[in-house]
Order: sequence, then C-alpha cells, then structure tokens
Amino acid sequence: MARYNLRCPLSDEDARMLRAGDVVFLSGTIYTARDAAHKRLCDMLDRGDPLPFDCKGAVIYYVGPTPAPEGQAVGAAGPTTSYRMDSYAPRLYSLGCKASIGKGKRSEAVRQSLEEYGGVYFGATGGAGALLSMCIEAAKVIAFDDLGPEAVRELTVRNFPVLVINDAHGGNFYVTPDRKAAGLE
Amino acid sequence: MRSIPADAVIKAVEDMCIHANRYLPQDVRDCLERSSASETSPAAREVFRQIRENYELAEKSGLPLCQDCGLAVLLVDVGDDVHVEGMNLREAINEGVRRGYDKGLLRKSACDPFTRVNTKDNTPAIIHFDMVPGDKIHIRFMAKGGGSENMSRVTMLTPAQGWPGIRNFVLNLVAEAGPNPCPPTIIGIGIGGTFDYAPVLAKKALLRKLGDVNPDPRLDAMEKELLADINRLGIGPMGLGGVTTSLDVKIAVAPCHIASLPLAVNIQCHSARHEEVIL
Ligand code: SF4
Repeated sequence: MARYNLRCPLSDEDARMLRAGDVVFLSGTIYTARDAAHKRLCDMLDRGDPLPFDCKGAVIYYVGPTPAPEGQAVGAAGPTTSYRMDSYAPRLYSLGCKASIGKGKRSEAVRQSLEEYGGVYFGATGGAGALLSMCIEAAKVIAFDDLGPEAVRELTVRNFPVLVINDAHGGNFYVTPDRKAAGLE
Repeated sequence: MRSIPADAVIKAVEDMCIHANRYLPQDVRDCLERSSASETSPAAREVFRQIRENYELAEKSGLPLCQDCGLAVLLVDVGDDVHVEGMNLREAINEGVRRGYDKGLLRKSACDPFTRVNTKDNTPAIIHFDMVPGDKIHIRFMAKGGGSENMSRVTMLTPAQGWPGIRNFVLNLVAEAGPNPCPPTIIGIGIGGTFDYAPVLAKKALLRKLGDVNPDPRLDAMEKELLADINRLGIGPMGLGGVTTSLDVKIAVAPCHIASLPLAVNIQCHSARHEEVIL
C-alpha cells in the first residue's frame, strides 16, 4: 500500500497507477456534486448541453458542505454516502472523469466503469467534516446556486486525504463481512 | 399549573442544536477511545485518529462535527401540570430549530420528498411528544444524519421467529450496510409495539449512554451478545476492517399484539450528536 501526493485534475497515468488501499493526498481543483446536482448534470447531458466543468480528469467530491464561517472557504465538508450516485457515475466516468470521492460501497456497474475507463473511487472519512474542511482552501459555486448545499462548487484542495477503495483493475479495499464468524449462515 | 414562556423553549432548543452539532458527548468520546486502543490495522487506527482530531477541532473552532447536521429529531416529555405561554409548543420547538440551524451555520437538510426543494430552515423537525406526570418539559434533541438513517429498517417478524429471528435480521442488516452508515455505529433496536411504534422505541434506545447497563438483565445480556456478534463481522471503522464495527447495542421493548413481533433497527453513526434539557 503506497502513499502518493497527486495533482487534480488527475492524469490517466496517475489514475491507472493507483491500487486499492493506497493513501493519496490530493491537491488542486475538484468539483462537488451530490444527489440533486447529479440529476441536473445528467439532464444537461441528455439535452446535449455542456457541463459546468471540464470532465477530463475531473475529480468529483460527493459533499454538501455547511455554510462557510467568516474567513473560511467552506464549513464542515466530509463525504456523503456514494451509492446514491451509482446510477449517474458510469456516465461521468465515460466522459473522462477520473475519480469520485465519497464513502460506502459502489455498485457492480460503477466498479466496471472504473475498469473500462481507467477511473478510481476514493473513500474519505465520514463524519470528519470539520477536519476535512481544513484541506479546502477555496470554494466557488459554479452551477445550480439554487440548490444551496447541493450546488456544484469548484474547490481548491491541498493535501486532501483519501484512500483508494476501488481501482481501475478490479481491486476493492472494503472488507467482506465475516458472516460465519458472527454466527450467520 | 406552571407556565413557561415560549421564548425559554425557543432558546433552549436553539442552544441544543448549535452545541450538539459542535460537541461530541463525553460517553461517545470515551467509547471511541477505548475501541481505538483495540484496533491493530493502520487503516482502522487512522480512522480513529481522524475522528478524534475532528471532534477536538469542532469543539475548538465551532465548525460542525459533520457536514450532515441531520434532521432535527426531538423527543419531548411534557408534564401534565405545565403550559407554554405565548406559542404552541410544536411551533416554539420549530422556531428554536430554525434559529439554531441558522445561527450555528448548520446545514439545512430538510426537503420536499418529490420536488427535493429544500425548506431552507431545517424545519419541520421530527417531534415525538409524550405526556408525563409533573410540571416540567424534558426535551431531548438528536441531529440525525441521513447516511445512517438510510441503512435503518423496520420489519414485522412472526412470533415463532423470536430472538433468533431478531438476531439474524440485525446481523444481516449490519452486514449489508457495511461501510455506508459511517461505522463504528450504535445500533438502536425497538422490539414490540406496532409497526409505527417500534422505530420510536429504537430511537429512544439510541439516547442511552454508551457503556451503560440495561436495567432489564435479560435485555442487557441480549445487547452484549449482539454487540459481540456484530463486531465479529469484522467490518471495522469506515468498513476498512477491524474489531469495532459497532460501539454499542441498545434495546428497548414494549408489549405487542399476540400475532406480531415488530422489530425496528435504527442505525446511528459514530457522530452521535444529542443533548437534553429540562425546563
Ligand atoms: S452517517 Fe453520520 S457521520 Fe456519516 S456523514 Fe452521515 S451524519 Fe455524518
């Protein structure tokens, strides 16, 4: 399990080099989107409209931060559960997105799309919203302002800590529950 | 009859919303500390380290512990001999939530179930009222996040399924939920009552202190057995593997219909934010 410092947007090579279990510190530009934003992004794609950010190499962070206090870019900003974005994610990976950041399991379809398009899925520590916000230096709403916490924001991050959960080679870092040890048949 | 001005209720609720979202209760900290000492894998230890750094930072900086400041859930025991002056009690509580989430810079997460349009002030709060003897109002507040709430379930077992059926359902649910509800979790279990009442029992159970003893020795034994079995699943903190999948199991029971065995399992994440006040 390696440790890397990587720039965002991510290059193809960087994304393919990562393996499940690697610890990565991300710096650069990433984008936020959660449930409502994903729906709108996919509606835009259906209409043939351009997306509010360049998909190439994009890292999408599943987060809806709390309002920013004076002098800070955002408030608490930890990951939300990723499976709710599973129905949208393969489409974004197919358009060149390289990574998403969230918490929790991904669907088979998402994991296949990582292999197909050379993407990764990062996990960040759920419930560490105050701590993670310290790694966010700037934030700007770039779309869907009316969605409030769910708006799409461009974030500038520095040494944002994530763990590779699913890599582009079928690797998965989440453990399989030991049902037998727990006395389940 | 004793009278309490509505303003006192509003202020108390406002304060609880803000404080609970910044300050992780001491019993939760202590339990996290004990559990972290038993983890050996670097990934599990790192999760515990981040959780600790996070609650210390939240307390110091005033940032919320988690970006999901929850729906406001309130369990309110109203004494028979007390009356709120100047505003309906439900409205006063909602006003307190409105002010607390605004002033505390907390995230407002309440929305219309179909349009998904945000109500913008985190109301309406989810309020469970109970009438009790006395002239006090006891308000318990929980900031209940969506991630762990989404992994919660209610089911109607048959009486024949009994404890083995309950045990299986809980273990399967926790196994299925895996990393999603931000483990280490706390498992609130409501057994009995009706389809609607079992989840209320489960929620109330979540308000007990971690590491306490259930006054009913039969339930206490069940809690300990289930906790040990859950932790044998090996899911660990954030699903990265380890011996701490859950911090505690809390069971509350009520009599039920002769035909039923209602079961509700309410999962609470490690960010177990709650507070109470007696007015
Ligand atoms: S499950 Fe709890 S700790 Fe995790 S993101 Fe939701 S509220 Fe925060």
